[in-house]
Amino acid sequence: MNKKLHIDWTRCDGRGLCTELLPAVLGRDDWGYPVVRHPRNGDGTNATIGPDEAQAARDAVKLCPKLALVLQA
Amino acid sequence: MTHMTSQMPVTSQHLGPSGNNRLFAAGSNATLADHERAYGPLPEHCIDATFIGVLEQSGLTGRGGAAFASWRKVSATGQGRDGALLRSRPVVIANGAEGEPLSFKDKTLLLHAPHLVLDGLLVAARSVSASSLYVYTTAVAMPAVEAAIAERRDARRIQVIEAPETFISGQASAVVNAIGGGNALPLDNRRRLSDSGLKGRPTLVLNVETLSHVALIARYGAQWFRSAGSDRDPGTRLVSVSGRGADQVLEVAGDEGLGFVLAHAGIDLSGVQAVLVGGYHGRWVKPLDYRLTPSGPAGQTVRPGAGVLHVLSTGQCGLEATAWIVEYLAGQSARQCGPCVFGLPAMAKVLAAIAGGDRNPKLVGELERLGTLVARRGACHHPDGTLQLIQSALEIFSEDVGAHLTGNCTRMGGRAA
Repeated sequence: MNKKLHIDWTRCDGRGLCTELLPAVLGRDDWGYPVVRHPRNGDGTNATIGPDEAQAARDAVKLCPKLALVLQA
Repeated sequence: MTHMTSQMPVTSQHLGPSGNNRLFAAGSNATLADHERAYGPLPEHCIDATFIGVLEQSGLTGRGGAAFASWRKVSATGQGRDGALLRSRPVVIANGAEGEPLSFKDKTLLLHAPHLVLDGLLVAARSVSASSLYVYTTAVAMPAVEAAIAERRDARRIQVIEAPETFISGQASAVVNAIGGGNALPLDNRRRLSDSGLKGRPTLVLNVETLSHVALIARYGAQWFRSAGSDRDPGTRLVSVSGRGADQVLEVAGDEGLGFVLAHAGIDLSGVQAVLVGGYHGRWVKPLDYRLTPSGPAGQTVRPGAGVLHVLSTGQCGLEATAWIVEYLAGQSARQCGPCVFGLPAMAKVLAAIAGGDRNPKLVGELERLGTLVARRGACHHPDGTLQLIQSALEIFSEDVGAHLTGNCTRMGGRAA
């Protein structure tokens, strides 16, 4: 089952940990903030996470220094 | 500021105002007596959850900008209550923040018809069994609202909260944040306000004009509401007209022609180059044969947003006007979300360069690239609204863009500044 990795932009500081853990899912913009590489319906705030990336996504949620990520069903 | 027609509707039998003069039918600075004389008593005791069905039949959409179906918003708040583990009673907020600098219809409404807004708030509160009621508005309208509340017994539980004069203060989650004791800054939008808003309670935020229509629908019914406007855009709406001549508020039928509205406002259409519809988060349009409605084909209709119509005269440069607005919007970022904090000033800079006559041919492409970095990457609509304005400017003023990039301007006597 795919999940959604939600970025809370009000918390995100562009530290980049998530983009290192999920390089296929998230890139970085001019200022270091994560960019959803394959946005669904143009949604640049919720990245689709497949089964292969689920563990990395859970790590990203846990390790984000700004607690800016949430994994949703 | 206010323009109200002298024609007073026939309301002696309380059949509802006829014609399009609905919201100001009680006249200027209406007292409770004026209000009741014009509209008759509010059948508040008859209102319960079944009113949501009446709202659905009326087809009323939000007049604060997003034009979301009002009945759905009300219904979702009621359901949010059912779904909660511990049932907490909903909160209803009348949103009169009106942070948009080109909009003044909500202030005008609160100053001249505060009782209609209070009626609507009471009706909405009853239909979702709310226990907390707020009016959120800027300092200029607070005395009128407080005086109106003091005039009536049924409004004593309504609290009035001052909204700061910032562009984003009226964004729904910012409203909830401000009333909750925080700053008027948008919140992350993962949870819906109808499920969890003020203090975690189901929260309904409705624009003050929307609530005024609710007040009249509660009195005269859905069919009366639909007797103005069209099937796809029933009822009337307030518009704030500015840019040429005195600023004015008009009440117009839904789905009205843009040119008709401007002519009705006394504007000489031959001097109009383009119109900014919907405000700083809206879009530029020309020519004037568009219809003002939130639903319809893109080439023939334009979304009225919060009802802002700002005229650009033939001698003015649309790129320069847009560059100025985008710089303002960049400065109005809540400074919470990175793509907005950095992206909007970056876009403002590129647009200012184009407007100022910089001939670098890559500027337009750079503006488009920055746009992709800003789109849908924020807690609120601010970056997307700004992007929409820029995109419409590049489209509507495309000839000017071409001229500027070759060192000319089609306005301002020829040369780009």
